[in-house]
Amino acid sequence: MAGTNKTPYREPRRGGRFGPYGGRFVAETLMHALDQLTTLYEALKDDDDFRRELDHDLASYVGRPTPLYLAERLTAELGGAKIYLKREDLNHTGAHKINNTVGQALLAKRMGKPRIIAETGAGQHGVATATVAARIGLECRVYMGSEDIARQSANVYRMKMLGAQVVPVESGSKTLKDAMNDAMRDWVTNVDTTHYIIGSVAGPHPYPMMVRDFQAVIGREARSQCLGLEGRLPDLLVACIGGGSNAMGLFYPFVDDEGVDMVGVEAAGLGLGTEQHAAPLNAGTPGVLHGQHTYLMQDQDGQIMQTHSISAGLDYPGVGPEHAYWKDIGRARYTAVTDDEALEAFRLLNRTEGILPALESSHAVAWVAREAPKMATADIVIVNLSGRGDKDINTVAELDGIGL
Amino acid sequence: MSRLAATLAARLAGGTRALTAFITAGDPGPEATVPALHALVRGGADIVELGVPFSDPEAEGPSIQRSSERALANGVTLASVLDMTREFRNGNDVTPVVLMGYLNSVMRMGYEAFACRAREAGVDGLIVVNLPPEEAAEAQASLARQDLDLIFLVAPTTSSERAARIAQRGSGFIYYVSLKGVTGARHLDTADVARNISALREVCSLPVQVGFGIRDAESARAVARVADGIVVGSMLVDVMGERRDDPASIPAALEKRVALLRDAIDTL
Repeated sequence: MAGTNKTPYREPRRGGRFGPYGGRFVAETLMHALDQLTTLYEALKDDDDFRRELDHDLASYVGRPTPLYLAERLTAELGGAKIYLKREDLNHTGAHKINNTVGQALLAKRMGKPRIIAETGAGQHGVATATVAARIGLECRVYMGSEDIARQSANVYRMKMLGAQVVPVESGSKTLKDAMNDAMRDWVTNVDTTHYIIGSVAGPHPYPMMVRDFQAVIGREARSQCLGLEGRLPDLLVACIGGGSNAMGLFYPFVDDEGVDMVGVEAAGLGLGTEQHAAPLNAGTPGVLHGQHTYLMQDQDGQIMQTHSISAGLDYPGVGPEHAYWKDIGRARYTAVTDDEALEAFRLLNRTEGILPALESSHAVAWVAREAPKMATADIVIVNLSGRGDKDINTVAELDGIGL
Repeated sequence: MSRLAATLAARLAGGTRALTAFITAGDPGPEATVPALHALVRGGADIVELGVPFSDPEAEGPSIQRSSERALANGVTLASVLDMTREFRNGNDVTPVVLMGYLNSVMRMGYEAFACRAREAGVDGLIVVNLPPEEAAEAQASLARQDLDLIFLVAPTTSSERAARIAQRGSGFIYYVSLKGVTGARHLDTADVARNISALREVCSLPVQVGFGIRDAESARAVARVADGIVVGSMLVDVMGERRDDPASIPAALEKRVALLRDAIDTL
């Protein structure tokens, strides 16, 4: 690590393993496509032309770099650590998700696959996928649980405007995990013509590694912005965790910076003591789902449990395998906040900073609102504001008893 | 010789084809399963394959998805599937029983505990849809200690180098997935299957059984011409699902359907 003799962090290992987690637990039919994708990605990730093309798209289309914004009124109100927001909400399409879809779209183009598919929960990844598909002229189909379609209707309409076909998923719990099952079924059927753009640092190898690398632009920027603004590294990074891509994107470039603490905030839903939450790192056990070995919300028989979160993007019973590994080795801490705390933070950020955060990102803000007052005023905290909350105003208004 | 190996060897020696019949354990009700297994055998199944219901069956088509959901709603667990197997063994000590499911069920019970309990219940082999050989070492070691076969799958997308490695690691038989798709898909191309099986045989000395997409006597016969055996599932699961309001009629209906397939592959 920086300034010490420790070996730099180098995961995943052979087979896509992060310690005991990750791997590739899929139907045989998909093994070839995963091998192909891994080989292509390994060849391209350090290729100058590919990097140039990606950087160009991130700058001119996505709108990067995003600001590292000092939230002065929030900091003053909480009366503790100095709080910076990494403004991923200002990206094109309104969330960090597009950092990954822009990258994977370039891969799909190189593979010559004319069709892309995706799963989506809150609809942000679906929109980000439909967007890049429209931009480069690929056919796009997005799988979305019918439950999520009902609570994220604005994003459904956006995807349709972008020319994507949105397929309602009626099986199981009708949310993100079931959308992922149906996307896998589509992929196994159309594997020759189709690239599957997984939206998180989850799924079989190489997805957790590849999506991490595409999202790591968040942390690389934040690191150099913080050094520029403060002349030093932050003390603490905070991000919400569903599958964990915005958190891993922020955290990963700091992994060898020993003095930088990291906190991932899961959805405690109605409370960790209830079964109505989506916090596998806090309350789950290791198992295998969607091609990966990781922490899961599961019962005694290994059946995947229904999850609950007010935020559709966090409503997932698993988590990216690298987070599972970091939990075990203690590189990051994983905690959780409830629906109510997230809603309160949603309002707090509106009121103090004039920023409407996604309900997902509000979980990270909520943890900071709770913990920052206990920290020293000299401490520097970076919160990943992973998305904007326009998509959530109907949900919040409904809770306030207001029909929009 | 294991029950599974002996059954397949007998078919091969006689120049006839094996018939493996799949149903989902616990659908439409837990009490339906054992009589259904006996009916499959009466109809002419050589091997019975019992689906262990899982909440997220990502390789299954609608028929088996729905049957799994019904089974789970009935409270069926891996432990109760083993109980059903034990009960079946009370009346049948000859027909191999293969369990088919997803890794998390077995991992949750523990590989060692599962292998011991499965052996004791009278299970002969295991097919795990989402367990490629690369990830299988630990599970396979536990199964092997109890003389249980871990049956690997080979797909149309599998290269012949990879198929050779899989064949080397597998035991019992190789399950050849006849098409790119989910179980019960309707786009089986038997000419493709014939071509791929003949390539597979170059690198594989285990018996090859073919499944996914066999829906009737005609497709059964076409596939049986090139394979050592066929596996039918979704069509039998449909027979049971359609009769869920009249479960007493299930065994006779299954027996009849399996007999048609038996007849089709015995008269090539």
